[in-house]
Amino acid sequence: MLIRLGPPLTIALLAGPILLGLGGTLLPAFGYLPALGGEAVTFDPLRQLLAEPGIWMSSMVSLASGLVTTLVALAAVMLFVAGWSGTSMFARVQHLISPLLSVPHAAAAFGLAFLIAPSGMIARLVSPELTGWQRPPDILIVNDPMGFSMMAGLIVKEIPFLLLIALAAMPQADAARTRALTASLGYGRIAGFLFGVWPPVYQQIRLAVFAVIAFATSVVDVAAILGPTAPAPLAVRLTQWMQDPELSMRFLASSGALLQLVITAAALIIWIGLERVGALLRKFACEAGWRFGRDTWLRQTALAAMVFAAATVFAGLATLCFWSFAGLWPFPDVLPDTLSAKTWVKTAPRIGSPLATTFVVALLSTLLALLLSVLCLVREDETGRIGGRWVLGFIYLPLIVPQVAFLFGLQLLFVLTGTVASLPALVFVHLIFVLPYVFLSLSDPWRAYDRRYEAIAAGLGKRRWATLFRIRLPMLTRALLTAAAVGFAVSVGQYLPTVLIGAGRLDTITTEAVALASGGNRRVIGVYAFLQMLLPAIGFLVATLLPALIFRHRRALRA
Amino acid sequence: MRKFLLGAALLLASTLHALAGDPDPGKWDEVLNEARGETVYFNAWGGAENINAYLEWAGGELQKRYGIKLVHVKLDDTANAVAKVVAEKAAGRNDAGTVDLIWINGENFASMKRQSLLMTPGWAEKLPSWKFVDAVDKPTIRTDFTIPVEGLESPWGMAKLVFFHDSAKIDAAGLPKSAKELLDWAKKNPGRFSYPQPPDFIGSSFLKQALSELVADRAVLQKPVDEASFEEVTAPLFAYLDQLNPLLWRGGKAFPQNYPAMKQLLADGEVDIIFAFNPSEASSAIANGELPGSVRSFTFPDGTLANTHFVAIPYNAAAKAGALVTADFLISPEAQARKQDPKVWGDPTVLAMSKLAPEDKARFEALDLGIATLKPDELGPAIDEPHPSWMERLETEWKRRYGVGN
Amino acid sequence: MTQQGLFLDTVSIALAGRVLLSVTHRIAPGEVLTVMGPSGSGKSTLLAYIGGFLDPAFQASGKVFAGSIELTALPAQERHAGILFQDPLLFPHMSVAGNLVFAIAPDVTGRAQRMALAEATLAGVGLEGMGDRDPDTLSGGQKARVALARVLLSSPRALLLDEPFSKLDQDLRQQMRELVFAKARGAGLPVILVTHDEADAAAAQGPVIRIGE
Repeated sequence: MLIRLGPPLTIALLAGPILLGLGGTLLPAFGYLPALGGEAVTFDPLRQLLAEPGIWMSSMVSLASGLVTTLVALAAVMLFVAGWSGTSMFARVQHLISPLLSVPHAAAAFGLAFLIAPSGMIARLVSPELTGWQRPPDILIVNDPMGFSMMAGLIVKEIPFLLLIALAAMPQADAARTRALTASLGYGRIAGFLFGVWPPVYQQIRLAVFAVIAFATSVVDVAAILGPTAPAPLAVRLTQWMQDPELSMRFLASSGALLQLVITAAALIIWIGLERVGALLRKFACEAGWRFGRDTWLRQTALAAMVFAAATVFAGLATLCFWSFAGLWPFPDVLPDTLSAKTWVKTAPRIGSPLATTFVVALLSTLLALLLSVLCLVREDETGRIGGRWVLGFIYLPLIVPQVAFLFGLQLLFVLTGTVASLPALVFVHLIFVLPYVFLSLSDPWRAYDRRYEAIAAGLGKRRWATLFRIRLPMLTRALLTAAAVGFAVSVGQYLPTVLIGAGRLDTITTEAVALASGGNRRVIGVYAFLQMLLPAIGFLVATLLPALIFRHRRALRA
Repeated sequence: MRKFLLGAALLLASTLHALAGDPDPGKWDEVLNEARGETVYFNAWGGAENINAYLEWAGGELQKRYGIKLVHVKLDDTANAVAKVVAEKAAGRNDAGTVDLIWINGENFASMKRQSLLMTPGWAEKLPSWKFVDAVDKPTIRTDFTIPVEGLESPWGMAKLVFFHDSAKIDAAGLPKSAKELLDWAKKNPGRFSYPQPPDFIGSSFLKQALSELVADRAVLQKPVDEASFEEVTAPLFAYLDQLNPLLWRGGKAFPQNYPAMKQLLADGEVDIIFAFNPSEASSAIANGELPGSVRSFTFPDGTLANTHFVAIPYNAAAKAGALVTADFLISPEAQARKQDPKVWGDPTVLAMSKLAPEDKARFEALDLGIATLKPDELGPAIDEPHPSWMERLETEWKRRYGVGN
Repeated sequence: MTQQGLFLDTVSIALAGRVLLSVTHRIAPGEVLTVMGPSGSGKSTLLAYIGGFLDPAFQASGKVFAGSIELTALPAQERHAGILFQDPLLFPHMSVAGNLVFAIAPDVTGRAQRMALAEATLAGVGLEGMGDRDPDTLSGGQKARVALARVLLSSPRALLLDEPFSKLDQDLRQQMRELVFAKARGAGLPVILVTHDEADAAAAQGPVIRIGE
């Protein structure tokens, strides 16, 4: 019974809040919100929106950010996988990059800001010896009007995501033998991969790519930290409107959310166009028989891009950590005058409560997501139907519909039902975003499981539940823990859902860190961003060490 | 049986009282009783660690003395707390609201007062510690940005616009003495000055400071904005900003988001002059290792903006008694003296020294206000805050002109 | 242990309308029925149908009886159809003894008694004293024998063999065949062997059904 309920419950959980939330957002966009005195359907909010100064600039920055981020990150990942898969260098880079997946976006963005600002670590390293700068140069890098630093911050964070998604899709593509075949036909490594392996791999990761586009067009925390301020990207502005004391601004915010939906949809449509162009180019190159035999330079470039992206995030995080222990640290000193734990000691009493909230919400939402995912997968085994494309679409729904577009409406629902700022409500919204990642992370190892083990257990007279709990789940311990660590990291990183549904009374490390971002106190930001990065890291450490400990006498499960 | 009926009636009466009646600060013992065990959600800007630490201390004391749990809800903009109350009213949540106390003044106070979002009737002047408050020599305690306070908010601290510079890097002789001189200074030192991006409170205050200096007749600012004459009145200000902005840090293409961000720019040597609404802010920052010890303060001889900041209780607060006790504690001589210590926060007191008991007065006299803090007689004249509608209108106009890129 | 034969009553399995096999056959206790066919002919689906874990993509009809009990009316875990695959499929998270104890029916109570039974069965396949070992550290032949011991311990009504010798090398293969058939005969189990190796069929010394040819 419970198992039968799994899939409908999961779909209701993913699609329900999104549809309700979209409704709650879209009706006010057309002036309808009786609670605030909007009883008639009008286009006034939309008119007001289009009259907002700089609204086009904001929209264009959002649109460009979505497309550029995805294009660059995907190109780097694609060329890297094409040029290096199967080599020992590939394995090394993969090990370097994988941990970055767990770093929350905000922490990575802070790290980048501390690195590239005119008074940042890079300028300090080369000053004054190479530059002659005694003071930071007056150059606009962070918060630049075109959003380049914001895109850079998104790119270095999306690369690990896309790489891992692509790697998960690779086994079905039989890359090694295809490479041998294309090489024997005289194709260069990259060309052979792009012609022979990439198309089916891309088909599999397409929804994940769409999720990246949607995320990059509508992100709030990274945009608030690195993005332009005059005007700010669309999602940042409409989040501000949402929080404006003037009632009428809710209508404006809602119509802004509608615009956000349009922008994200436009980015996706343009991307689909780009896909067509890419496919045509590939077809043309294929038919022309181009071999691209000399691709060493391109391979090296792709490798350099990946290493550089990873190094940037690591260096940024190291700088953050340094600032959290810094005393006075004037420019252009590479190291602080004094190091002290003062900031940590002063911040410590205020960290406890947000830390506890972060932990509890992440743990609960992850456990629920794990439970639902297992129910769905068990049901999938029973019916023998692997969810088709549309089921996968549902799983990706919360990742493709921009958060701002439905969270506003959802918040209104929570306010109306008096459940806003309650722990269950917060766990629930986190679950919406944690569930897809947990499911996607668990489903591959789950489906790869050799089901003959279950046949044997049944033959030995074991009931379904006994087989599940004593055979399958223990054998999938590592996969379950990894999925849990992914879910935990996703929950820790959630900003907008926490801000809107936590309503300021349930703070997490992430909302505290982003709230401090505007304060510019690098030492305190260092403390929070460091913790923000530490929690998911601990999760992944547990996921790695626990199976090694439990199965220390079981060789087959240790690797 | 009679006993039972009587008990039931009493119980009913007390329940009705809890449902209907707000706590009355005139009956302080009842307020204290009711407050015990309450949790007060204090919505206050959370962007400065020294202020957060001070509230942490206040929370500990309130717990110890009155059994009240103080939770600091850290805001990046006070408007967010107002928005919460607005949303709750819209949703019909007229009691048990999520905001018990707001750190507030000016525009947000005016907005809440206008929309009847504040606890009434006026309660601030009935607090036991009101007797220490200096409402005579500090007129902004009863008039917040031209809006009569009427006891709807309780004063917490005094603010005056003060400028800081690093004496090790620039010469004190060439410092500007007015908004006009600031423009001349910026021409000689392009990229070395900025102001937080409006609608940040400090940034908007800079606009009001400049407007107050440049406007033909300062009296019009005490009245609400008149749309018909707005353009004419503000023409000198925007002519000024048209010249100043390109000379700012980053050529005016980006602005620090608030005061702490601007402070970091001074620490990094990116700008040479910054300003704050707290005269002892520079000394606090030096004490905290955030600014070098060579930073000093200065103000404009013809005056800078001055105001008071307050705490207010929303009409639907869940813990009104606890909020009243908190507001009273915040103006106790002990809490005020600690707040004025630059090593703690350095926020000037709202109390009158003449009204204090000798031992309380001694607390204030013992404070070392710090090397970078100007003495009260060096702070220069106070310029009254314009009517709050000016702040909103200036912010909109600034955003239209400069907030959308070039 | 019930010493009864297995009866396949007009069992028919089809995929997408195409009939893969259609069998009616009675297998006496200790007898081995060999089903031969090339790979892809669907011969393994017969075992899956009897065992109760046929992929829902196939359509199957017909009944299977063990003595008077209709297996096809029971859920998989109540059929007690012991199965051996190509791979030994020892549960990697349990010790060797753990694998065996897992197979013993719950009516054998007491930890000590269950362990003793497991050790005895292990000795019966020539692996005495290896109960504490990690299954992954055993040789291929040892693993195959543990898998056999495990299935025997579960008191099955029949033994279903899905090419269980195909991955073993020549010497080992002959040894295992002899061991498996000897044990099955000893326990009086009806056996169905699915294979494409003629030598298997010869060793089984029983009737042979050929499909997919």
